[in-house]
Amino acid sequence: MPPPRTPGTALGPRLAELRGPEVQPKALDARALAALAANPGCRRRALLDGAGVNKTALASALGSPSAFGMSQFAFMRGNAFEARVKADGGAELLRLVHEKLDPSAEPPTEAATPDLAAIGPQGRAARTALALREASASGGWALLDHPMLVLDVAGSPAFLEPDAVVVHPDGSWTVVEIKSFPMLDGAADPAKVGAAARQSAVYVLALEEVASRLETPAEVRHRVLLVCPKDFTNLPTAAAVDVRKQRAVTRRQLARLTRVEEIADALPEGTCFAPDLPREQLTAAVEALPAAYAPECLAACELAFHCRGRSREEGAVTSLGRSLRAELGGLTTAEDVLAAAHGMAGDPEDPTVAALRRAADLRAEALSAAAARAEGARCH
Amino acid sequence: MTAPVSSAFSPGAAATRATDAILRDTLHGTHRGVVVDSPPGAGKSTLVVRAALELASAGRPLMIIAQTNAQVDDLVLRLAEKDDELPVGRLHSSDTDPYDKALDDLPNVRKSTKAADLAGLDVVISTAAKWAHVKGVEPWRHAIVDEAYQMRSDALLAVAGLFERALFVGDPGQLDPFAIVGSEQWAGLSYDPSASAVTTLLAHNRELPQHRLPVSWRLPASAAPLVSGAFYPYTPFRSGTDHGDRQLAFAVPSDGSGPDRVIDEAAEAGWGLLELPARHTPRTDPEAVRAVAQVVRRLLDRGGAATSERSEEPVPLTADRIAVGTAHRDQAASVRSALAALGVTDVVVDTANRLQGREYDVTVVLHPLSGRPDATAFHLETGRLCVLASRHRHACIVVCRAGVSELLDDHPSTEPVQLGVTVKFPDGWEANHAVLATLGEHRVAWRPSD
Amino acid sequence: MSLIATLSRLEAVRTGRAQPAATVRHRHLSERPLVLVPLITAGEAGAPLGALVGTDRDAPRLLVVPQPRDRDLRFTFLAELADLVLPYVDAYGDVVEAAERSETDPETGKRVKVEVDLCANAPQLIVPSRTGIDFVRLLGRAMRFRRTAEQDPEAPHPAPPRVPLLGRWLTHFGERARVPGSSLLLALTDLLARHWATGQSSVEDQHLGALLAWIDPPEGESGDAAARRAELARDGDGQLLCPPAGPATDPAFDNKLLAPAIERYDRARAALAAAEDGLEADDRFGDLTAAEREIRALVESRTRPTWDAVWRGLDLLRELPEGAHATDRWTRDRWSFTGHRDRIIAGEPPQPRRDDAVTAANKLATREREQARLDAQEALDDPLVMAGRRLAGEAFAGEVTEVVMAYSEGKRPSPRPLVTVRTDDRPHLGERTKVYRSLGGKPQAAEFVGYDGPEGGDHGNLVVLRIVDKMGRGKEPEEGSVPQKGDPVCFTLFEHDQRGGAKLPDPEETPWTHGGPPGEPDAVPLPEQPDPPTEEDTL
Repeated sequence: MPPPRTPGTALGPRLAELRGPEVQPKALDARALAALAANPGCRRRALLDGAGVNKTALASALGSPSAFGMSQFAFMRGNAFEARVKADGGAELLRLVHEKLDPSAEPPTEAATPDLAAIGPQGRAARTALALREASASGGWALLDHPMLVLDVAGSPAFLEPDAVVVHPDGSWTVVEIKSFPMLDGAADPAKVGAAARQSAVYVLALEEVASRLETPAEVRHRVLLVCPKDFTNLPTAAAVDVRKQRAVTRRQLARLTRVEEIADALPEGTCFAPDLPREQLTAAVEALPAAYAPECLAACELAFHCRGRSREEGAVTSLGRSLRAELGGLTTAEDVLAAAHGMAGDPEDPTVAALRRAADLRAEALSAAAARAEGARCH
Repeated sequence: MTAPVSSAFSPGAAATRATDAILRDTLHGTHRGVVVDSPPGAGKSTLVVRAALELASAGRPLMIIAQTNAQVDDLVLRLAEKDDELPVGRLHSSDTDPYDKALDDLPNVRKSTKAADLAGLDVVISTAAKWAHVKGVEPWRHAIVDEAYQMRSDALLAVAGLFERALFVGDPGQLDPFAIVGSEQWAGLSYDPSASAVTTLLAHNRELPQHRLPVSWRLPASAAPLVSGAFYPYTPFRSGTDHGDRQLAFAVPSDGSGPDRVIDEAAEAGWGLLELPARHTPRTDPEAVRAVAQVVRRLLDRGGAATSERSEEPVPLTADRIAVGTAHRDQAASVRSALAALGVTDVVVDTANRLQGREYDVTVVLHPLSGRPDATAFHLETGRLCVLASRHRHACIVVCRAGVSELLDDHPSTEPVQLGVTVKFPDGWEANHAVLATLGEHRVAWRPSD
Repeated sequence: MSLIATLSRLEAVRTGRAQPAATVRHRHLSERPLVLVPLITAGEAGAPLGALVGTDRDAPRLLVVPQPRDRDLRFTFLAELADLVLPYVDAYGDVVEAAERSETDPETGKRVKVEVDLCANAPQLIVPSRTGIDFVRLLGRAMRFRRTAEQDPEAPHPAPPRVPLLGRWLTHFGERARVPGSSLLLALTDLLARHWATGQSSVEDQHLGALLAWIDPPEGESGDAAARRAELARDGDGQLLCPPAGPATDPAFDNKLLAPAIERYDRARAALAAAEDGLEADDRFGDLTAAEREIRALVESRTRPTWDAVWRGLDLLRELPEGAHATDRWTRDRWSFTGHRDRIIAGEPPQPRRDDAVTAANKLATREREQARLDAQEALDDPLVMAGRRLAGEAFAGEVTEVVMAYSEGKRPSPRPLVTVRTDDRPHLGERTKVYRSLGGKPQAAEFVGYDGPEGGDHGNLVVLRIVDKMGRGKEPEEGSVPQKGDPVCFTLFEHDQRGGAKLPDPEETPWTHGGPPGEPDAVPLPEQPDPPTEEDTL
């Protein structure tokens, strides 16, 4: 299934209207695209991301600012490490690609490092595509430092900048992701590796678009190279990461972004998310978009505190965790569940209601037994 | 077994070639291990029995390691069926009822809790758990490890000292072994104790010959392509029979109800989806449970007959040829009571875990994701769906609420990734989509109140 | 999550206060735990910034690394940490009692009882949150392979004495913490969340401040509001009123306060180094001391609220009576502590970087056994936990309605009384399912015989059981060993005690399927080498 190619018909202007006059769309980067898979059931997030709304600004305007921030220590450390990995014409990086992904190829003693400078993202993307074509044809190693790729997302181009792409002598391409969390004795934080894999999968998809346009299509490798500091040092080490699963999921979610049009069509006329609008108006606009809040959003979405507040106000059980819902059948609010549990509502023949009542009875029995025991202990 | 030939490719010949190669490597090869992947119904047990008999007749005593007592007893019975004079030892635990009473009727089988009592017998069989307690014996020259993909690496570690070389047989598509505590700290290690025995074996012995049985004799031509494509994408297999070789017919015509229509669809196409209206329900969704029971009731009432390569005449579709599969135990219990209420007491109803390795003419499956508000790793586990979708010889009827496809699309995918761990394919999410897409072509939408 | 736990959380939402998730305390708490509140530098998990450490809630020791990138300062920190933690640990190694242990006699191969020392008590480390436990492991890994000048005079950056020893102890604590039910190293958030159900999700329960706000909200405030304040409220300077429990810090703290302070420190140090005479040096030394004092104050301001919160949490936990089996599990912790003490005394090398195949399999087996043991013991100790097992069909409680004496067949018939229990529970009983009840602290087994009457009737189920053991050796059951009509009883479908598994081969006997013994070409190299120092190490 190819990534969506929505014609730039009425959707573009419609989305601009939603962002507000004069508001530039927030560019989608690979991290944001990868995050689409974090809660694909959320229509609020799908539309706001699809329309390029700046969710950080929106959250602040709504009075629930996001808690994401980056320490300058982490930032400096990340930059210093990347510079170190790429020092010396990327010799160490190429050595790692050769060792971990393509040991049967000739060693990368010499590698092309094409100049990718150009004006504007479009220019850089075109320059990158050209450099990739030339490198693939050359039959040698090449290192593309911060190339620019473009991916069609719901009809508009998203510009993506991987840390590096390496062209192998066989003409195939590898995405390189450089992270500053350590690989300690060959293992690394699985949550962070997972995030890096999802991000890399976006680059793989974007590279595949470039590859498919070549006269002789190049192979984009589905194993990427993750480069991290080794143990407690600042020396690079690396591991190959298979991103086939992440690629499949991201591709499907990107294809589903065409829903943005449907979601936009369902919004009342005149809905707008410009951060300078009055808070009440913004709140109403956001509320018009159905959300699927779950506690995991807190780590993945700028709007999470706003959505959490709403979800708690409504008494939605999901605000206590996705897994809670599994045994509650059609009951979705705390009020309904408690009413059913305490015999105030619900059909006792319904297995959900019956199970809730048994649970409530057993809980009450245990708590009173414990209270009686504590009472007994006090008397002695 | 007659193998109908319908094209240039003869499944019978292909299967024979594979078996011959396996036996050649096992009896005459130089490697310490031979690994055989067997898709559902590809004749794994037949292979194990044959390999055991050939080793024994070549004068090479062997031990057999299976995973459950039921599997062990089944193998003992199968061996006796082929050769009722072969001296077989059944090593068992000291619990109450440690083995199937049917073994007491076999004069060639000696039973004991001590390996020493069974020394010298041609074949000694037990579970991995029992073998692990055997110490201080001379190692066997040969072993057969059955259901090796369901065996944990640490269980193999405990018994591997008992044999010099072994034939490892199993189905990589079924449920993986699991640990009840976290084992992340060993993820990526070649000998991760929570991994499957075969994973560890091959990580340390890459040169071992690996074979695969290429033909499923169980699955009909309607099912093999889907099961192969969805669950064995890199090791495809085909069915031993062709379209038209098997038929399922009913004497009583359809009454036009949902259950009857889905039965007819499944009889014709091999698959049937009885789709109930979308709704979030508890696991024991009463409507879905009743629907499953009604389908079973109608299967029995309508005088079904199965025609296959196994016999000249159609065979009546009786209760013992039908099974119901669920994901959870409480669902199985609910289906049992719903069946009892309809007067059906002798149809097997069990979870995927317990249906592994079993075979029926028709299966009725309560879809693991039916009515759920969200998917979980448990419900997306490929092996669970694979087991449920591959127990039948003729037809599989799935009962499910509408909306599962959207549920899958809305499933967050933020799985952690462990360095060095081979990614398991296929992905449960994709496999579920593939199965749903096929089922969707055989859908009977039904509102039970209609 | 069980429906009982779900209901508890929803009741917490309704009442604005956390609800009990346990009626007894399921972990042993030491009389004198050592609390450790560490902080690290963002982006460098291995670079400590400081810590509050100690056993006296009113007098914590503050350790600070004013420039976390400086190897010497980090070494000083680790040495100071060792000087605080090791005497605490060692004190428990010195007091022993006699105990018996089964060992295999190397000559006869038989199991024999031998008398050994068992430490009478054990140290207990408390960190604020789960990430604190990860940090303890990380410190252990970083320190245990270090060579001291005494061990290796050639070592380029010798570690201060006792640093490798602390590394081995922290590694042991970190590994022990992976054993279900153990208490040598505990994270307070896990401990509190085990005993209380809040009106927020388990993700949010990882925030110590928010968790405490639900359990013990300030007078007149709901848990919800108090928790939100703990999570989000900031002062006029943009700083969180309730700093994160670490070891990671808030980016706003790093960027606004810490980074400028470290910069001042670096400048002062450079100026001191460039001082041209003693007078100038004195002056500049004063600047450096002031800069350092400022960083110390910053670190203390971020750790002290967490320190106080940890002790408050411990107070709340101490109000719960300790579960009967928690003491039994603490004895296992004492064995674990004693075992490691003995390995150190015997001069064994530090724990390897990664486990060999046999060690990994043994650890997994132990942890699975301890998980099953913990699940059973918590249910036996706590009616609220047992309620969850009853709801799941894994146990049932009721009243005995009938007892019929019966005997086993055979030459010496033994009592096999049939006991009928009326219960409203719906246990998953099958043919001859074994069930157990606690009789004087020991499990008594029975077999399910059948239902008397229909299953799931309006007046509950009548479950008929056959009692099969713990009735003495005589023909008639011993007094009190068979329940009587009218007795309340609770039977479980799970076993109360765990059998040991089969013994695995020794590592030297690792079979070919698992790479052969260590030392073979395919196996893990031994012994472990220290990490080679590089220009820019972080720990």
